[in-house]
Amino acid sequence: MDLSVVILIEVLYAIASLILISAGLAVVFGMMKVINLAHGEFMVLGGYTTITAVGLGVNIFVAMLIVAPIVVGLFGLIVERLVFRHLYGRMIDTMLASWGLSLMMIGGFKMIFGNTTTGVAGPIPGFTVGNYQVNGYNLFIIVVSVLLLLAMLALLRGTRFGLIARGTMQRADMAAAMGHSPDRIYMMTFALGSALAGLAGAVLAPLVGLVPTAGAAFIAKAFITVIAGGPVLVAGLASAAGTFGLVNQVFSFLVSPVVGDVALLVTAIVLLRLLPRGITARFFRGRL
Amino acid sequence: MTLNRRRFLTASAAATGALAMPTWALGQTGPIRMGTVLDVSGIFDAYGTPMDMAQRLAVAQINADGGLLGREVEIVGYDTQSDMALYTQFAQRLVRQDRVDVVQGGVLSASREAIRQTLRRAETLYFYNVQYEGGVCDRNTFINGVTPAQQAEVLVPWAMSESGPRVYILAADYNYGQITARWIQKFVADNGGETVGVDFFPLDVSDFGSTIARIQTAAPDLVVAPLVGGAHLSFFRQWAAAGMNQRIPLASTTMGVGNEHRVLTAEEGNGIMVAYNYSQGLDTPANNAFKEAWTAAYGDTNLIHEIAVSHYMGVQLWAEAVRRAGTVDRMPVIEALEDNLSIEGPSGVMTIDPQTHHAILDVHKMVFNNQEMELVETLPQRPPVDTQAVCDLIANPDENTQFEIEI
Amino acid sequence: MQGDARRDTGLAVILGAVLILGLPLIADTNMLTLLVVYGMLALSLGLIWGFGGILCFGQAAFFGLGAYTFAIAGINIGESTLPLILAVLVPAAAAALLGAFMFYGRLGDVYLAVITLVFSLILFRWLSTTAGPAYVIGNARLGGYNGIPGFPLLNVPGYPRWELWGDPLYYVAAAALLIVFLLVSWLLRSSFGRIAIGIRENEERVSLLGYDIRARKTVLFAIGAGIAGLAGALFAAWAEVVTPSLFGLQQSAEIIIWCIVGGLGTRFGPVLGAAVLTWVKIVLGGQGAIDNMLVMGLILVLFVLFLPRGIAPELARLWGWVTGGTRRPARRRAPRGGTADG
Repeated sequence: MDLSVVILIEVLYAIASLILISAGLAVVFGMMKVINLAHGEFMVLGGYTTITAVGLGVNIFVAMLIVAPIVVGLFGLIVERLVFRHLYGRMIDTMLASWGLSLMMIGGFKMIFGNTTTGVAGPIPGFTVGNYQVNGYNLFIIVVSVLLLLAMLALLRGTRFGLIARGTMQRADMAAAMGHSPDRIYMMTFALGSALAGLAGAVLAPLVGLVPTAGAAFIAKAFITVIAGGPVLVAGLASAAGTFGLVNQVFSFLVSPVVGDVALLVTAIVLLRLLPRGITARFFRGRL
Repeated sequence: MTLNRRRFLTASAAATGALAMPTWALGQTGPIRMGTVLDVSGIFDAYGTPMDMAQRLAVAQINADGGLLGREVEIVGYDTQSDMALYTQFAQRLVRQDRVDVVQGGVLSASREAIRQTLRRAETLYFYNVQYEGGVCDRNTFINGVTPAQQAEVLVPWAMSESGPRVYILAADYNYGQITARWIQKFVADNGGETVGVDFFPLDVSDFGSTIARIQTAAPDLVVAPLVGGAHLSFFRQWAAAGMNQRIPLASTTMGVGNEHRVLTAEEGNGIMVAYNYSQGLDTPANNAFKEAWTAAYGDTNLIHEIAVSHYMGVQLWAEAVRRAGTVDRMPVIEALEDNLSIEGPSGVMTIDPQTHHAILDVHKMVFNNQEMELVETLPQRPPVDTQAVCDLIANPDENTQFEIEI
Repeated sequence: MQGDARRDTGLAVILGAVLILGLPLIADTNMLTLLVVYGMLALSLGLIWGFGGILCFGQAAFFGLGAYTFAIAGINIGESTLPLILAVLVPAAAAALLGAFMFYGRLGDVYLAVITLVFSLILFRWLSTTAGPAYVIGNARLGGYNGIPGFPLLNVPGYPRWELWGDPLYYVAAAALLIVFLLVSWLLRSSFGRIAIGIRENEERVSLLGYDIRARKTVLFAIGAGIAGLAGALFAAWAEVVTPSLFGLQQSAEIIIWCIVGGLGTRFGPVLGAAVLTWVKIVLGGQGAIDNMLVMGLILVLFVLFLPRGIAPELARLWGWVTGGTRRPARRRAPRGGTADG
C-alpha cells in the first residue's frame, strides 16, 4: 500500500517534469510552428540564473518562480528580435538557427560558469509515507506543473491576448487585417515560451545538478513529447507527457532508469508510427 | 584559467631566475621531453585541468632544482578535449614527431586503453596516474592510482561496522563501476554481510527518484555508491532531499575525487564515508609544502584533488627513477622503478610494486563534514591485491593485457 | 548530355587527384584523413537530404553502426576486408528497415527527424550500458561507455599483417571518397536519381506518375546509410578506438551543420563544409581563449541568416563570374522550409 502511493507519486512527478520541460517548447511550436532546439539551453540558463540569484541572497522561491522566467523571457525576446524573426515560415531554417544558438549558449556557459557541476539544495524537506521517505520537492514540481497547465488554459481561453494569439496562429493575414501585428504577437509568444523554459530549468535545478551541456538531456525528451502531443497545445502536452511519464517510471521502477528511458523512446517511435500527426490530431481535434 | 597559468609561468620563471642558472648550463643534449595527453577542455576538464596544473608544478620544481641529470625538463602537452579519438592521434604525434622520452597522462580508462598499445609499440614509457578499475598488466606502463581492492577492502568493512550487514550498491555503468561493484560484493560477503541489490547507471542519468524508492523496498543498512560525474551528483542531492541521509548511511569510492564535497551543501554531504589516497586535509609536512607551492603558483588550493596529486606523484616517480638510472632510456628507467622505488609526497609514501607496476600506497578513511573530508584513520602502505592476484610481470615480463579479475 | 557527364567525371577525377596528392604538401596527413572521412559522412547526408529531401537527424547512427561493425567483425575475423564490406551492409540494412518503417507509414518531415533522432539516441543509450561481461559478440566485448579499443586496423586485402595507417591510410580514404563521389554523381544522373529529385520537389506529382515513392525513398535512405557506414569504418581505422559518442547528438548535429554551411543540393558542398569546419574546429581546439562550440554555433546562425544556400553555390557563382558568366549556376532549390504542418 505504502509502496503504491510512493510509486504513484513518482509517476505523477515524472509526468509533471515532462510537462514542465516541454511547456515552453510546446507554446512556441504549437503557436508559431517554430522548433526551438535551444530550448534545453534556455532551461539551463534558467537554472544558472536561479543559482546565481540564490548566491546573491535572493530567496530561492523568488529566484525560481520570478527571477528566472523574467531573465530567460527577456533573453528570448532579444534572440527573437535578432535571429528568429527573420526566419518565420522557414521551419528547417529556424530549427538550424536555434541549434546554432544552442551551441553558442553551451560555449558561453562553459566560459562563464566553468565545466563543473553546480547546484543549489532543494528547499523542501522530505516526508514519510508509511515506511517510505519521499522527496518533498517532487510534490512541489507536481503542483507547479498543474498550475502551469491551468494558467495556460486560462490565458488562451479567457484573455484577449489568448484570443488574438490563437487568431494570429490560424490566419496571420486576417489578424493583421484586423489591426493586430503578427510580428508583435510572435515576439510575445516567443518570449512567453522562453520564460516557461526558464521556469522549468529553475524549478528542476535543485533536483539535478547543472553542467553547461545539461540541456541536451532535456531537449530530446521535450522535442519528442511535443511532437507526439500534436497540434493541440494543452491536451497534447498532458496526454503525451502522461503516456511517456507512465511508461518511463513503470520501467524505471521495475527494471532500471535506463530501460525506462529506452522504453520511452520506443513508445515514442511506435506512437508516431501509429499516429503520425500526434495524439491530439486524432483524439482532441479543435480543442486547446 | 589561462590567467592562472600565465601567472604561474611568471612565478616559475622567477624561481629559475633566482637560482641564477643560465639555461645553456643545463646539459648539452637539449631538454628532456615529457609528453602529456590530458583533457584540459571538454566534459572531463574538471579532472584534466588540475592534472595539467599539477604536472606543470612538478616540472617547474624539478627544473628549479637543476633539472634531471643536468638537463631541463620540457613538457610537450596536448589537450585531448575529452575526445577519445584524439588520444590515439596525439599519442602517435608524441612518439613519431616529438620523440618524447616518456608519456604521462590519460584521464578515463577508455583513453588509457586507446593509447597504451601505441606507446608500447613505439617503446615509449607510459605513466597513467588515475584511480581506475585495476588489472592492467604491461611492463611498459606504470599506474599509481588507487584500485578498487585498495579502496573497497578498507571502506567496506569500516562502513559496515558503522551501519549493518545489508548493503545496496549503486554504480556507474562502465568498466570502473562494474568491476568496483564486484569487488564491493566480494568484501561485503567476506565480512559476513549480504548484498541486497546492485543497480548500474549510465553517466548521464540524473533522475534517481524511482531508484530511491527501490532502495527503500530492499531496506538495506548501508548504500555504497561508486557513482561518477556531474549527473550522478544529483543522486546525493535527491537522497538528501528525500530525507534518506538521516536513515541509511552512504559510502562511496568516487565521491570527492573531483572535489564534489565542495559542491554539495553540508547537510547533503555530511556523514558520507570515503577512502582515498589523498585529501587536502592531511596535515603532513609534505602536503603542507605542496599546498604552499600550489598556492604560490596558482593563487589558491581550490582545484587540488586526488587525481591531480597522483599525477604530480607520477611525474615525481619518473623523475626519481631517471635520477637513479642516470639516463632517460626506457629499460634502465623501468628497472630503476622496478627496484621498489619509493618516494614521499603530499599523499604520503608511494612505492612501486615490481610485480604489477602499480603503487603500494597509504589509504585514508575519511568522512564528509561541513564540505571537508575529515580524516578518521590512515592505513599505511596498502598493496594493489586485486591486480597482484592476476598479474606477475616478474614471471611474465611480456604480458600485455588488462585482466578482468575473477572474484 | 552524355558529353556533359563525361566532362563532369573527368573534372572530378582531375580535381580530386590534384587535391589528394597536393594537400599532404601543406597539411599533416593524419588530420587530412579525418577531413576526408568526415567529408564522406557529409556526402552521405548531402545525398539523402539535399537530393532526396529526407532530413535525417540521426545520420550519426549509421556512421556509428559502421564503425562498430568494423571493430566487432575485425576482432572476430582478424583482418579487415570482410569487416569493411559488412560495415557498409549492416548500416544499409538497418536503414532499409527503419526507412521502410517510416516511409510506408507516410511520416512527414518533422516526424521523420524525430524518429531518426530517437533511433540514434536508443543506440547511444543501449551501447552505453554494455560495460558488463554479458555483452559480447563473438570475441568482442562491447565495452559500454569505454568503447572497443585494440581491433585490427585496415589492412591490404589478403595480407592481415600489412596494416595501413598514417600516410597510406590517408591515400586509401581519399581514394575511397573520390570513388564514392563519382558513384553518387552517377546515381544522380541515372533515372533513379532524377526521380529522387523529382520526389523532393513534388512528392504527389511523382506518385501520380506511377512511381512507388515509399520504395524509392527507402532505397535512397539505405544507400546514404551505407556511405555513412563506410565513413564510420574508415573513422574506426583512423581513431583505433570506437566509443558510443559516435552515436551522440553532437555528432548528428555536426553533420547537418556541414551540409548547411557547404551547400545543400550540391555534391561538393557538404564535403567542403565538413572539411572546412572540421579544420576550423581542430584549429580552435588548440587554443583556450574562446570556446569551440561558441564559434561553431555562431557560424551556423550566421550561415542560416545570411548565406542559407551555403558556400558551394556562391563559389560556383564566383567561378561563373570569373570565367565570363556563360554558365549560370544550377538552379537547384534546397528542400528547405518544409510546410508548417509537417
